[in-house]
Amino acid sequence: MYERIRRLAAIATLLAGALVLPFAAQASDVPNIAAASDLQFALPDIAVAFERATGQSVRLSFGSSGNFRQQIADGAPFDLFLSADASYADALVRERRTLDAGVIYAIGRLALFVANDSPIAPDAELRGVAAALAAGRVSKFAIANPAHAPYGRAAQQVLTHAGLWRSIEPHLVLGENVSQAAQFAASGAAQGGIIAYSLVRAPGIAQRGRYALLPASGHDPLVQKMVLLQRADATARAFYAFLQQPAARAIFERYGFDLPPQPMMGTPSVRRAPA
Amino acid sequence: MDWQALTLSLRLATWTVVVLLPIGVLVARALAWRRFVGRRLTEAALALPLVLPPTVLGYYLLSAFGTQSALGRAFVSLLGHPLAFSFAGLLVASLIFNLPFAIQPMQRAFEAIPADIRPAAACCGMSPWRIFTGIELPLAWPGVLSALVLTFAHTLGEFGVVLMVGGNIPGETRTIAIAIYDRVQAFDTSAAGLMAAVLLALSLIAIAIAYSTSWRTEAARG
Repeated sequence: MYERIRRLAAIATLLAGALVLPFAAQASDVPNIAAASDLQFALPDIAVAFERATGQSVRLSFGSSGNFRQQIADGAPFDLFLSADASYADALVRERRTLDAGVIYAIGRLALFVANDSPIAPDAELRGVAAALAAGRVSKFAIANPAHAPYGRAAQQVLTHAGLWRSIEPHLVLGENVSQAAQFAASGAAQGGIIAYSLVRAPGIAQRGRYALLPASGHDPLVQKMVLLQRADATARAFYAFLQQPAARAIFERYGFDLPPQPMMGTPSVRRAPA
Repeated sequence: MDWQALTLSLRLATWTVVVLLPIGVLVARALAWRRFVGRRLTEAALALPLVLPPTVLGYYLLSAFGTQSALGRAFVSLLGHPLAFSFAGLLVASLIFNLPFAIQPMQRAFEAIPADIRPAAACCGMSPWRIFTGIELPLAWPGVLSALVLTFAHTLGEFGVVLMVGGNIPGETRTIAIAIYDRVQAFDTSAAGLMAAVLLALSLIAIAIAYSTSWRTEAARG
């Protein structure tokens, strides 16, 4: 019986030992960056370039812009928010949760992506989608959730303009963000998907299927805006400035983003002096 | 392989177990032996997280912890940061979610102790504390241990609540379950596969421990 107690005590000691691991968050001098999931591949490259150039690092979190906008309003500890559209960034500006009015860093493009064994032939006019739909060969088609993901909204506009929305709606699977929609399409679980062009170009996805870049005229422009948030420190500001430099712009371009017509160089206008 | 996420999950699970151990023992013992008004209701309330969708709890916690509620703002003035999107917030969520996993096995274990043993021990002059440490705990410990193991494993696997109140911040709220989801979305299947295998192994070990202790209890009872 006492043997058992001793064993219990040993387990308790083990557990207590694990507690020596620090409880509090680690030093918060590394800024948290909330980024739309279409930046899943471009932004890590830019962060590496930033680290090489300045020796400073950033922590990246990817998700749906709408969710991040909500979480930031609820007090999530992010320093910089790269939204996949302007409205979510602007809403935070209106609510005075930002240090500046924001900067447009890229224009997103859509692509039709189909897995290698898909019955859909990819083309920019979605004729292949219409044909496959008419032939009853599309059981699932992936887009991001139009309710809170900007790429989902744009995909809905493209499908509506092509006159396909009604017929494709029963077949839609909605990704929580555009990256999940890409996952659905690339895995072949959905016969195709309208996703971010920036994701289609990434090596992990490109080899899994074929794609067609969709014309930008088919949907409202995916103006991607970033804003510095209240708690941004010097590193976050430096990263914000770096994202507007030629080196970062070149990486955005390489991943298939269009660049804002007016390159905004130098330090962004910041409303409040650093604390 | 995201070691940071694994460490974070282990830390979260350890803290959950450490905080729930005394709470669980006290509550389970009271539920097993005391007869009080509202006992059934308390039991039902404590079992609620078993059937509650994680998103429901996540939603309520987010409303309560966020800076848009009075309670949330009170936390901000107390802690200097909101409870949501922080490790402390995850711990609170995890404690609530694990209540049934901690309490129910312990309660069963205490219920299994024959009712006349304690008066008999008291007759022999043992103090209540000696009875607790010398008789109750040794008899109930397999149940207590399996409760702790289940709680630990369940915390490692918790996903929905963490997704809603965590915010996927590396080193702070990105647990291993979230990291797997994150890696799948990044098409990093090798990292996702490795982490999934680690979680599978940990879960198997936990279940094995939990089952072997309950088997031992039954064997002891004959």
